[in-house]
Amino acid sequence: MFGIIRQKVSAGGSPPLAFGQMIRPAVSAWRGYSAAAKQMTVREALNTALDEEMSADPKVFLMGEEVGEYQGAYKISKGLLDKYGPERVLDTPITEAGFTGIGVGAAYHGLKPVVEFMTFNFSMQAMDHIINSAAKSNYMSAGQISVPIVFRGPNGAAAGVGAQHSQCYAAWYASCPGLKVLAPYSSEDARGLLKAAIRDPDPVVFLENELLYGEVFPISAEVLDSSFCLPIGKAKIEREGKDVTITAFSKMVGYALKAAEILAKEGISAEVINLRSIRPLDRHAINASVRKTNRLVTVEEGFPQHGVGAEICASVVEESFGYLDAPVERICGADVPMPYAANLERIALPQVEDIVRASKRACYRSVPMAATA
Amino acid sequence: MPVWFTKSRTITHHLNRKVGFMGIIHQNFWISSSSSMQPSSLSSIFIPGIDEDHSTPHIFPFNSSIISRFSLQRFKSTKAASQLAQLYSTDDDDHDNSQVLDFPGGKVTYISEMRFLSESNVKRIPCYRVLDDNGEIIIGSDYEQLSEEIAVKMYSNMVTLQMMDTIFYEAQRQGRISFYLTSTGEEAINIASAAALSADDIILPQYREPGILLWRGFTIQEFANQCFGNKDDYGKGRQMPIHYGSKKHNFVTISSPIATQLPQAVGIAYSLKMDKKDACVVTYTGDGGTSEGDFHAALNFAAVTEAPVVFICRNNGWAISTHISEQFRSDGIVVRGRAYGIRSIRVDGNDALAVYSAIHAARKMAISEQRPVLVEALSYRVGHHSTSDDSTKYRPVDEIDYWKVERNPVNRFRKWVERYGWWSEEEESELRGSIKKQLLQAIQVAEKTEKPPLKNLFSDVYDIPPPNLREQEKELRETINRHPQDYPSDIPQ
Repeated sequence: MFGIIRQKVSAGGSPPLAFGQMIRPAVSAWRGYSAAAKQMTVREALNTALDEEMSADPKVFLMGEEVGEYQGAYKISKGLLDKYGPERVLDTPITEAGFTGIGVGAAYHGLKPVVEFMTFNFSMQAMDHIINSAAKSNYMSAGQISVPIVFRGPNGAAAGVGAQHSQCYAAWYASCPGLKVLAPYSSEDARGLLKAAIRDPDPVVFLENELLYGEVFPISAEVLDSSFCLPIGKAKIEREGKDVTITAFSKMVGYALKAAEILAKEGISAEVINLRSIRPLDRHAINASVRKTNRLVTVEEGFPQHGVGAEICASVVEESFGYLDAPVERICGADVPMPYAANLERIALPQVEDIVRASKRACYRSVPMAATA
Repeated sequence: MPVWFTKSRTITHHLNRKVGFMGIIHQNFWISSSSSMQPSSLSSIFIPGIDEDHSTPHIFPFNSSIISRFSLQRFKSTKAASQLAQLYSTDDDDHDNSQVLDFPGGKVTYISEMRFLSESNVKRIPCYRVLDDNGEIIIGSDYEQLSEEIAVKMYSNMVTLQMMDTIFYEAQRQGRISFYLTSTGEEAINIASAAALSADDIILPQYREPGILLWRGFTIQEFANQCFGNKDDYGKGRQMPIHYGSKKHNFVTISSPIATQLPQAVGIAYSLKMDKKDACVVTYTGDGGTSEGDFHAALNFAAVTEAPVVFICRNNGWAISTHISEQFRSDGIVVRGRAYGIRSIRVDGNDALAVYSAIHAARKMAISEQRPVLVEALSYRVGHHSTSDDSTKYRPVDEIDYWKVERNPVNRFRKWVERYGWWSEEEESELRGSIKKQLLQAIQVAEKTEKPPLKNLFSDVYDIPPPNLREQEKELRETINRHPQDYPSDIPQ
């Protein structure tokens, strides 16, 4: 307790939420500021990114189930069929293995397909093509076959959709060399990272989140420009802090930010890192943050064993062991197939309170010497 | 054509059918290419039943515009032998409009008699063949005539492929390479199909088609380099032996998982179509590969997207130890084409001339009509599946010997080429002597050539090497320098 009070006093009380810092709360409180002139849902962000990239490069085309006439299962590709025609927006028959293979083939010959999976759960039916045909081809052909393909779609849990529609695939794909794996959170992330993914000559797995599609984020004029692009492999510090580092991606970034607000009231200044890129992981940013705060909490929706948090923990232990003042805390989904019942589903997924408690545990582990005086 | 119509109408009137079923006889009930093929002889191949024993005529209208009105044979289970297939005649069309139903997918006529389509035709789809077992052209055959130059090149390549397989297989047995896979018995499919294509056609092979690379100019040394995985291997020592690939020869690198190349081929064809090139995609699979889900997706998509792909299925009877009777229960692969709305043909895969002609025609159709075509080439896998297999464990040795000797495609073609005076015994022994020397030399050279450098371990994972890999490479080099005794000496930097 004393330790916390001490930190509160030394930090000057309130957490650093000055205007100009890169903070993106899930529900925007920044409408009044001129820099955040517009707002955009993640859905619009993805739609405009696709539209602009298809317009800029005639080799880009979209394929997937329901992407055309239905305007996209989640309306991400709304209006694209009308604008670009059936040659560039393909409604595919129901065969993930089939259309993924076809997309990879088209990429072999120089087209730039964007393959949509209705959810990444169905991508398991196409796993061989994603890994053995896309990820490994450049290497196995000794650079003769490059695969500039993007696999995108909603990943992770939605609401009440059960085990076969709720798994998070970040860890599975991120373990495979040859792939790049991205997980956007805000509209800025969605736009910038999707554009980067489409322009990238390597195969990219782009993990969206169904529940984030409808969320509104403030967006600057720079982001709206059609040449806007975010670098792959760079995380973003969503909120600066000095007491504990919380890493998260996709929907969990919002939860982490909420947790940071709660922690701030209790005098813990949490630094929230939005990973943005799972492979390559921005180890430099994570380690730099841990060297500053000395404590780490990783947050993810996916299963605990062999998860993203496990990799981050190993990386920090390898590179910044001496800086850790407490064991790394991993917050993950429960080690069970996702239940359907709403009460069980809630317990099976990380909640804001879990992140708060873990951060506090990380902070209480070491009691500063002065506190005992 | 009119001859056929008359015949069918005669049959129709002789039949005592209760059902007023009608359909349309379409003008182009059989497809012939516009070159040297004559429709009449094709139709004679096509409907043997009609001429011989009126019991089971086969009608296969191919035009896609009447998809909803196509008919196959129907039998009442108790009277299978005496039942006749439904025949179409143009007369009945007009006054039966009330018996048409509208469904998504088009109009269908209906029938009140409950009839199941039989699971198979009584007669199997016949096999297109030009040369008989003695290498003589069967009278009245349709085929694409070869020039002396092409014929001799084809024959030499077939011999080279045969010898390369023998000698490289031996090299594996001697422990000089880790793995090898032969195409013995399928030399005609390999070389003749390659010869019928243009250099711009993009090939997606399974793994039993190195003859295509050979035809396109891949040298024996280049084959050996890949098998030995040395620094001159175009694959930079990344793949197992026989996984050849060459962008400049339009031969996509071989990938081990079965049938994955099929939907990829459709994707490439989709891209070619957008380019409007005078080229198509040609992809190969074995009989086993047709069981994969990818086969279904690929053919289905190719038909829907109207992609210019030629699917060649090498039905050689065996998928490792699985005989085709355990692989599928359909009449081979050719009948599956129609299930997807794809034009198909069955050809004698050991007849180089027939394979050449069929592929030549298929390619033309694929490009000019922008449609997929399926070619089933019947053959026999004379060799073991690979060096990891001993096929005498699951099939009789005399069966293997029969196909190796009596039904040998190389010998059959040789007889034809010799008959024209384009080949002789002296040229044969000269060729074989020269090829053997080249093969042995290539192996020796490949074996002695340095292995790939260390930097090939980390390159091509991504387009631009990422920082973590650059770091790992640096660390590895430093570690090797510090502890050279712990690492093999043949790691060129």
